[in-house]
Amino acid sequence: MDLSLSTRNVSGPNGDRTVVEVGGEIDVYTAPKLREQLVELVNDGSFHLVVDMEGVDFLDSTGLGVLVGGLKRVRAHEGSLRLVCNQERILKIFRITGLTKVFPIHTSVEEAVNATD
Amino acid sequence: MATVELRFSALPEHVRTARLVAAAVARRAGVDEAVLDEVRLAVGEACSRAVGLHQSSGISAPVRVMLIEDEKQFSIEVGDEAPRALPGGASSGAAPGDAEAEEDEMGLAVISGLVDDLEVSAGENGGLIRMSWPTTPPATLAS
Repeated sequence: MDLSLSTRNVSGPNGDRTVVEVGGEIDVYTAPKLREQLVELVNDGSFHLVVDMEGVDFLDSTGLGVLVGGLKRVRAHEGSLRLVCNQERILKIFRITGLTKVFPIHTSVEEAVNATD
Repeated sequence: MATVELRFSALPEHVRTARLVAAAVARRAGVDEAVLDEVRLAVGEACSRAVGLHQSSGISAPVRVMLIEDEKQFSIEVGDEAPRALPGGASSGAAPGDAEAEEDEMGLAVISGLVDDLEVSAGENGGLIRMSWPTTPPATLAS
C-alpha cells in the first residue's frame, strides 16, 4: 500500500492548525513524499501542524527522520508539530527511539488542535 | 542453504517487497503472530540501511536477504557489499554525510530495540546484520 496524504485547516482556540492526514506505509520509499509535503506547508507559512497517523499501517526510522525534520522546521518559526496516534505498534517505535519525549502525541485530532504548549 | 534467499537491486521501492516476503516466511516458520510486526520492521530497517550504503558507495550489486528456518528459531541475514574503513585506518572517501549517518544510527537503534538476538558485523567486503527469533512448533490439528 502506498502513502496517502491530505491536508485541511482547522481553527482552534490557539489559532489555525494544519492537519496532515497520513495513510498507508511510511518507509524509505515513501518518506520523501511526506518530507516534501511538510516542507511545502512550512514554506507556505503553516507553522502549526498536526500529523494524523491513525491511517498509517507501517512506519520506519526513515519516517521518524522526516517527522523530526518537520519538527525542526516548524520550531525555527516558533511553530509546533503534534502527532495523533493510538496504534500500539506505531507508538512502540516512538518509545524505542525515545521520541515520545520529543513529540507531543495525542489520541485525537481535536485534542491536538486544542492543546496548548 | 537458506530456506528462502532474496536479492534485490539497491532501490528503496524494493524494500517493501523484502518486508512482505520476510514476514510471510517468518509466519510459515512458526514465529509468533504478535512478533511478526517486529520482524517486518526490523528487516525493513536492515534493508533500508543496506540500500542506503550501496547507493552512497555507488555499488551496483544487489542487497542480499537470507531467510533461514531452523528447528527452534527463524533467522534473517541482510548483507551489503559496502566496504567499511578498517578500525584505526584512514576514513574512506565514501564516508556518509552527517544526515545519512544519523539515519543509519536511527535504523540501527530501532533494530537493536526490537531484536534481542542480534549480530551486526562489518568489514572491508561489506556488512551483515543477523537477527533471530524463536519459533513455536505448529499447533496440532487434533485437540
